[in-house]
Amino acid sequence: MSAAHRDDLGSKIGMWLFLFTEMLLFGGLFLLYSAYRSMHPLEFHAAGAELNAALGVFNTLVLLTSSYTLALSLTAVEKGQTQLAKKLILATILLGAVFLVVKGFEWSAEFRHGIYPNGPELLKRAPGEILFFGLYFTMTGLHGLHILAGMALLSAALLKVVKGEVKAGSSVFLENAGLYWHLVDVIWIFLLPLFYLAA
Amino acid sequence: MTMDKTITAVWIALLALTAVLTAVSRVSHFWAVAAMLTLTPLKAGLVLYYFMHLKDEGPLIKGMVAIALTTLVIFIGMMFLDIAFR
Repeated sequence: MSAAHRDDLGSKIGMWLFLFTEMLLFGGLFLLYSAYRSMHPLEFHAAGAELNAALGVFNTLVLLTSSYTLALSLTAVEKGQTQLAKKLILATILLGAVFLVVKGFEWSAEFRHGIYPNGPELLKRAPGEILFFGLYFTMTGLHGLHILAGMALLSAALLKVVKGEVKAGSSVFLENAGLYWHLVDVIWIFLLPLFYLAA
Repeated sequence: MTMDKTITAVWIALLALTAVLTAVSRVSHFWAVAAMLTLTPLKAGLVLYYFMHLKDEGPLIKGMVAIALTTLVIFIGMMFLDIAFR
């Protein structure tokens, strides 16, 4: 019996098809944001001013850097530099954790001010501001879940590198995990100006 | 350029574009919207093309991505037409 059946192109096509469903999922939410923003431009502007832009920008730098370390890990695997690849994947996972911790501080500050879906303070606001924060919690929350899923996927990839299942010439699992992680980064690239720089 | 150098250059470009986007967004509403509509797709394009290796893919995957993105752009266009002529 020869080596197990492998179809790297098929694996990648499958991953891309899944990513298209993710694009349309978030794309639909971007449409909703755009439609509501055109109906309530002033309220979206005022609500956006309340978000902590510095934290949003910081988290963007964290995610961009995590994409960088992950892209480097794939070339390290392909060059047979396994030790380096492991460190780079671990760094990516840790940067994902940093992102979520920052997000946690941000959300908890808003919660303390009564700003959360159906929160007492939020319900006193104008309808456009309630819509803005509803979209903000939905979209950054859904994105945060994707970061969590990405960290789990990258942990599985790290395990496969440790076991020697992901190696030079046989790295499609890490490549697909990378595609997912980078797409989650792309989604955040769009979330930053829509929410944090909206004011 | 080796692969690692390309990746590093793209990462630096992404950080620089984020700095420009953030700075320009503070100038005025017009510039904020202009920067959002140009720099954000540019950043996303850099990630797709280099980090997600679209530049190394064949016509099949490139074509699939083009169809998915075109579909999304048509949806966005239809929505703005709906808003504009409502």
